[in-house]
Amino acid sequence: MQTNQLLLLFSGVLLLLGLIAFFLGRAKAARTRAAGTAMYAQPDQYAWFTVLATAGPAVAVGALGAFVMLLLGAEIPTLYLLAGSLVVAAVGLVVGVNQVRPDFHARQAIERVIRFILAGAALISIFTTFGILFSIVSEAVRFFQMHSFWGFITGTTWNPGASFLEAAGRAGDAASTAQFGSVPLFAGTFMITLIAMLVAIPVGLMSAIYMSEFAPANVRTLAKPVLEVLAGIPTVVYGFFAAITVAPVIVTVAGAVGLEASFNNALAPGIVMGIMIIPFISSLSDDVINAVPDSMRQGALALGMTKGETIKHVVVPAALPGIISASLLAVSRALGETMIVVMAAGMRPNLTANPLEDMTTVTVRIVAALTGDQEFESAETLSAFALGLVLFAVTLTLNLVSVIMIRRFREKYRTNNL
Amino acid sequence: MSQSFDEISAQLKRRHRKSARLKWLSMGALGLAGLFLVIFFADMLGKGLPAFQQAQIRVEVTYSEQSQQLPLAAVNEDVRELVSRGWLRTLPMMMRDNPELLGSTRQEWVLADGQVDQYLKGHYTRLNDRQQAAVDALVEEGRAELKFNTTFFTRGDSKMPELAGIMSAAMGTVMTLLVTLAVSFPIGVMTAVYLEEFAPDNRLTQIIEININNLAAIPSILFGLLGLAIFISFFGVPRSSPLVGGLTLALMTLPVIIISTRTALRSVPDSIRHAAFGVGCSRWQVVRDHVLPLALPGIMTGSIIGLAQAMGETAPLIIVGMVAFIPDISASVTDAATVLPAQIFTWAGEPDRAFVEKTAGGILVLLSVLIAMNATAVVLRKKFERRW
Amino acid sequence: MNMQIAERESVAMSSQSAGQPVVRNDEANHDLSIRVRDLNLWYGQTQALKNISIDIFQKNVTALIGPSGCGKSTFLRCLNRMNDLIRGVRIEGLVEMDGRDVNESRMDEVALRRRVGMVFQKPNPFPKSIYENVAYAPRMHDLVSRKAEQDELVEKALRDAGLWNEVKDKLHQPGTSLSGGQQQRLCIARAIAVQPDVILMDEPTSALDPISTATIEDLMDKLKKQFTIITVTHNMQQAARVADYTAFFHLGELIEYNDTKTMFSNPHTKKAEDYITGRYG
Repeated sequence: MQTNQLLLLFSGVLLLLGLIAFFLGRAKAARTRAAGTAMYAQPDQYAWFTVLATAGPAVAVGALGAFVMLLLGAEIPTLYLLAGSLVVAAVGLVVGVNQVRPDFHARQAIERVIRFILAGAALISIFTTFGILFSIVSEAVRFFQMHSFWGFITGTTWNPGASFLEAAGRAGDAASTAQFGSVPLFAGTFMITLIAMLVAIPVGLMSAIYMSEFAPANVRTLAKPVLEVLAGIPTVVYGFFAAITVAPVIVTVAGAVGLEASFNNALAPGIVMGIMIIPFISSLSDDVINAVPDSMRQGALALGMTKGETIKHVVVPAALPGIISASLLAVSRALGETMIVVMAAGMRPNLTANPLEDMTTVTVRIVAALTGDQEFESAETLSAFALGLVLFAVTLTLNLVSVIMIRRFREKYRTNNL
Repeated sequence: MSQSFDEISAQLKRRHRKSARLKWLSMGALGLAGLFLVIFFADMLGKGLPAFQQAQIRVEVTYSEQSQQLPLAAVNEDVRELVSRGWLRTLPMMMRDNPELLGSTRQEWVLADGQVDQYLKGHYTRLNDRQQAAVDALVEEGRAELKFNTTFFTRGDSKMPELAGIMSAAMGTVMTLLVTLAVSFPIGVMTAVYLEEFAPDNRLTQIIEININNLAAIPSILFGLLGLAIFISFFGVPRSSPLVGGLTLALMTLPVIIISTRTALRSVPDSIRHAAFGVGCSRWQVVRDHVLPLALPGIMTGSIIGLAQAMGETAPLIIVGMVAFIPDISASVTDAATVLPAQIFTWAGEPDRAFVEKTAGGILVLLSVLIAMNATAVVLRKKFERRW
Repeated sequence: MNMQIAERESVAMSSQSAGQPVVRNDEANHDLSIRVRDLNLWYGQTQALKNISIDIFQKNVTALIGPSGCGKSTFLRCLNRMNDLIRGVRIEGLVEMDGRDVNESRMDEVALRRRVGMVFQKPNPFPKSIYENVAYAPRMHDLVSRKAEQDELVEKALRDAGLWNEVKDKLHQPGTSLSGGQQQRLCIARAIAVQPDVILMDEPTSALDPISTATIEDLMDKLKKQFTIITVTHNMQQAARVADYTAFFHLGELIEYNDTKTMFSNPHTKKAEDYITGRYG
């Protein structure tokens, strides 16, 4: 509470100083100008420069101090820090006003600062990636200090249940020790991804072919937004749909043909995830198919090819790198999809090839590990970061390969345009 | 001499059939995608529309000293078990706020128990035969009916389905999205302006560009891990708060805003920039006074779409703890809160069947808002779209 | 002078209506390949071709010239119904080949294109190997049944297109790896491999350098022994060099159709004369 009031006071004083800076700077510039001296910049620009000179260093000092406190744990009393910042602001004000001289390029100085700020904003995206990488890696490393990396990669039993006992230093009490073999999780993830792709790639690609090659203009203008609606439905909604509507239907159908299916079968989340990804594949494929030059189609048609042959033998092969790239992105998305599997797939790590059985996935276990009442330090919680690390590595690779492929595709058709 | 037209046509028959088959097949695929959508919406409407109605019964409510102590005493014994317990529990507070009620007895429409509600909607119910007969009798007398469910829109979460509403989740969503917008919009636009108008074409710029595209494709749950490890553990932002949720979503929305802003900036023709440079504007003045105003509609469209995406996002918010049970509307961005999709997730996990319709009802509300946002973006784009 | 031209014009107009050239080229073959009568074409509301009547003779090179936008390419694309691909096109009139109206509903446009091949302004090899570019269509049309036959056909087509010696060692490299002129000859090889009757060429050299252009012009001269060639060109010297007959189009009308020598030395219409002497175009 007290910190909040201090911060408020600090902001107020800083604002006041800024205002003073603005008017002092402008007044001085206006006076100089009125005296008949030519200046490099407008009075307003000098005014803004003084404001920047006042507030900039002060905010920088404040932020630096806060960061040092958080990062190094050094105790700097907030009061002193803020007071120090204000002193810096006052000094900045004096210096700034002093700089208001006819031979000073205020405009260029401002532009330099603006450029600096913009570049700083651009760096935030880099920081985000590093933030993700850093947060995942550092926790994952702690996990691998407790459990072997090799066991994690090759183990076929995932049983974190006893890990909280280990965390409490009572590992011996538990009849069985915690096991973190991630193979069943990845098997489940790939099974569901495979089912999703079996739905999404044919339907998405064929829809794209219809829209870009056959459909009359009015069907196209109607179908595109309809597919976009499919893409805009939140994943939690798909998850509900998969669990409440699709899974029971699958159980009934399987029962009718004499098969036994779990209510948490892998088929339901797989199919629904496939539906979710259809628009993704279709819109990316539509783009690349449209990017295939019309001269290709005309060349084939002029040889006496039917429309179907032109599409199958010329258009699709030409667009293939783009289509593959879209599919890789789709795989990456399916691997990382969380809500559908959390709501519709099982919790039980189960190494099986039968999609009618329940299976669990990497993302399900990440959520399970982080939403229980576990301590942050326990191996189960940390295992979420180890799983996250693998997920990050796989999706990053898929994304990069896909980006490179699509870039090659674009370049190919650029150079061919003679 | 070559073949005649008829000879060739005869050979072509099979090939034409194959071509036609491809056409029908591809049309079927699109039809299938459309069919999925129709089934989905039909299913959600069928499950969710009943949530907008709630059973109420007209009973005699006795506002006595006794009912202030023991709310069950406020209604007659014969309908006691048909009235919502949750509503009864609010009685003492209501009497404290309105002292003039004391001593009066009134005929009022009050919330029925969730099981009565399910029975009237023809769903599975735990009511026994006697209770069902009692409800039937009330319906006969016109004392029990389904009315518009205001509770659903005005109250927060509850363990009792008849009292559960989306208000606290909706407010949580609003606060979270405000944080998201406040962070991602300025940073996103500034990044795009830098990359498009200022950045030299060097290695660093290329890395930033690749990185932004890559961020857009990173699984959302990993942003949750970032939020947990950096915002909560490191910076000490309160868990479950709209602040941490908003910050996490902001990082996810950033690439969407950057990419759409860059597209908007790129669509402003260079002739505008050249003209502005020609009259002596500096680079920043060109951007501020000439390029940004022209690109604004595109930037807005992209931001709305980005926000709509953030609004439907659930996985990272679960990781940062925004699935808490929140019956009351949170007061500030640092209090625990939940959001609409997280509320849907929580309800979907409730064992009580009555929550299925609440979940679907919440989904309908969420989808309506999302569709409205996207439609706004489309209209905005159509209205301001300019061909140079 | 004016009187003379007016007189020539009336002669030209009257004989044009029958679709015959005003002056015959005595060296040329005069078996009829394509007969066009009163052909009109609209793009939506705009009429792009007006009452075109022309007889195209077999195993000749016929050049279509005229200022840009005169309808010469549009006319060319009527002959193998490539205009079908454009929305909002309406065609009236007769285009007759082998005794059949190509626009009639019973006519299979795929069969038509099988007999009327086309080479485009920009070379457009398929993103396949050089060999596949040529072999693809004959295989689809069942013109070859064995691998050896296919190899033979590919070699013959590439030889006829004057490309064999340049590519025989790299048949399995992508067609797009060739130079522009080579790509265009590959497209010609691709077209002749299906053994059409007619080859349409839509400004085939406009994207090429002068040396490649000369190679392709020589090629046209050789190919006319086997095929009927109709070429659109914006380059009048090219028409003068390669064509037996030349048709001059202006604003969607066929102004003059004549023996090439006569067209360039003694045009019968004032518009053609103005165009050829460079007053507009």
